[in-house]
Amino acid sequence: MTSFFARNKSAAWFLLALALFVLLVTVLAPATGTGFLSTSFVKTLGKTLCLMLVAVAMDVVWGYTGILSLGHMAFFGLGGYMIGMWLMYARTELIIAESLRAAPIPPTPEEIHDAIGQQIFGVVGSADFPWLWGFAHSFPLQLAMVVLVPGILALVFGWLAFRSRVTGVYLSILTQAMTLALSLYLFQNEAGLRGNNGLSGLQNLPGLDAVPQSTISIWFFWGSALALGLGYLLFAWVVSGKMGSVIRGIRDNENRVRFLGYHVESYKLFIFTLTGIISGLAGALYYPQAGIINPAEIAPIASIYLAVWVAIGGRGRLYGAALGAAVVSLLSSWFTGGGAPNINLGFYTINWTDWWLVLLGLSFVAVTLLAPKGIGGIFDLFSRRHAVPERVGDFGPDQGARRTVEGEEEK
Amino acid sequence: MSTLLEMSGVSVSFDGFKAINNLSFRIGEPELRAIIGPNGAGKTTFMDIITGKTRPDEGRVLWGEKSVSLLKMSESQIARAGVGRKFQKPTVFEAQTVRENLAMALKNKRGPFDVLFHSKTRAGAERIEAIAAEIGLSDQLGRISGELSHGQKQWLEIGMLLAQDPRLLLVDEPAAGMTPAEREHTTDLLRRAATKHAVVVVEHDMEFVRRLDCKVTVLCEGSVLAEGSLDHVTANQDVIDVYLGR
Repeated sequence: MTSFFARNKSAAWFLLALALFVLLVTVLAPATGTGFLSTSFVKTLGKTLCLMLVAVAMDVVWGYTGILSLGHMAFFGLGGYMIGMWLMYARTELIIAESLRAAPIPPTPEEIHDAIGQQIFGVVGSADFPWLWGFAHSFPLQLAMVVLVPGILALVFGWLAFRSRVTGVYLSILTQAMTLALSLYLFQNEAGLRGNNGLSGLQNLPGLDAVPQSTISIWFFWGSALALGLGYLLFAWVVSGKMGSVIRGIRDNENRVRFLGYHVESYKLFIFTLTGIISGLAGALYYPQAGIINPAEIAPIASIYLAVWVAIGGRGRLYGAALGAAVVSLLSSWFTGGGAPNINLGFYTINWTDWWLVLLGLSFVAVTLLAPKGIGGIFDLFSRRHAVPERVGDFGPDQGARRTVEGEEEK
Repeated sequence: MSTLLEMSGVSVSFDGFKAINNLSFRIGEPELRAIIGPNGAGKTTFMDIITGKTRPDEGRVLWGEKSVSLLKMSESQIARAGVGRKFQKPTVFEAQTVRENLAMALKNKRGPFDVLFHSKTRAGAERIEAIAAEIGLSDQLGRISGELSHGQKQWLEIGMLLAQDPRLLLVDEPAAGMTPAEREHTTDLLRRAATKHAVVVVEHDMEFVRRLDCKVTVLCEGSVLAEGSLDHVTANQDVIDVYLGR
């Protein structure tokens, strides 16, 4: 383990920074500390940690393996839906049991089940449980669904796509189509997940009504931090060593990897599925903090944002992606939440809630053109160890042919 | 000398252009063979067919003692069966170190989970050191291979081919961009490899082929024009007409 950190110094630094951050938030949180931070801000920070985890997963898929998936938020959303089903079912069950206890004749389990259905699906004009909800009564089973449903979707989709050797922009479009199709499907009431209403009230944990939200928020914050820490370790391990070497090889020249005897499709499928599962887990931690999930959450734009975070953070390094997600999503909630003061130009007032997306788009373009290494590139100023040659191909036949400018001696 | 690879009646056309036309070819193990031919003779397509990159329209490609067909296998399966290829243009993984490049090529299990749980072994490290010494890159092992010179990349690519420990080595223009001393070393290395394995060298440089001192196959317009010793084929009037006479 110590040798792992010796080889992956950035992972050790990341975990240290994360631990310090958790400590700081714990000291300032309303439930465990001074209360300097509000409950809702603790929730925002917890959600941000989940987004950082899905961004790290995205970086493994895109930055390391070179698959620009624009559909990973579908797995994130599915994870949220899966945990949301249990949360809604279990909590409604308690409420129904409470209200039926006053009845002169004790209710049969059948009646309770029907009443829960009435309560949950009344909003979409139905009362019957769709088959989808077959496991919703059981926490362990539904928890298994959090892993299995995104995992199986990623496996099946990836198998079909990679087997036919779809790569590059076509694959990106295909992943967009996947997340769009899923989102449109879930918008239908018949899909069995309450259509555009989505699942709500997820912030209320069943049986814990007595626990204030301030306490629950710090629990979820800790849980998200733990998940991020473990997820980061997992991915740092995956991308280091020989696996990392092979997937970076696939990114740079997948045919060459094939001729070395590696079955490229299996590797892509492995990475795609693993990151899909971790994204699902991140979503399962995110949505109880958000309180609500609806099909708009898995609209194509969500996955595009994910790619933007990773690009701004700097792909090809895990901490870059995590930082990008944190910075951009926190800035986004600051700008769109009315935190940023409007700028009065005299003839026009810049209202950040309207202009934030423009600013984000411009920064994306600026980062792509001017600082392709993104935020993570800042760390290269302190260590030159991970410098990667910025060109492919050689300029000349002599010793040390590396040049930053073509045809000129390096000064 | 047993037959390792046998192609018979292989044809492939791209948009009506017959790149390979009823080609038959056979190589034993061990054997060293040079393939020469004018531009567009189908030398690269020939290698593409063996390595599974291009599927022929007709013909058979049989491999090994059991005469299994390579046509039903994927590129990676063919590589695992023991076909190694060195490309004309050096294609090493430029963002990775010389050591990582060699380690990736090193003969080991190739499944994702084998690779994920792979741990470095003493034997593997020694093999990498030995190959690095052979290709003259011992003191460059920690360097990012994108920084290497063209000649060094050629060597690294040859090293990766050796690391795979293939039974059939397909080597496309190994001497391009090399100094005379390096050419000599390359010839040496290929001839040594050919004492145990089958080696096919595609080369333009006649002097290099002469130094290999082996059987030569002349390709022209997708089929074999002549076969035999270099002196024999260079005396052939057809060969002189299409290739040497130009």
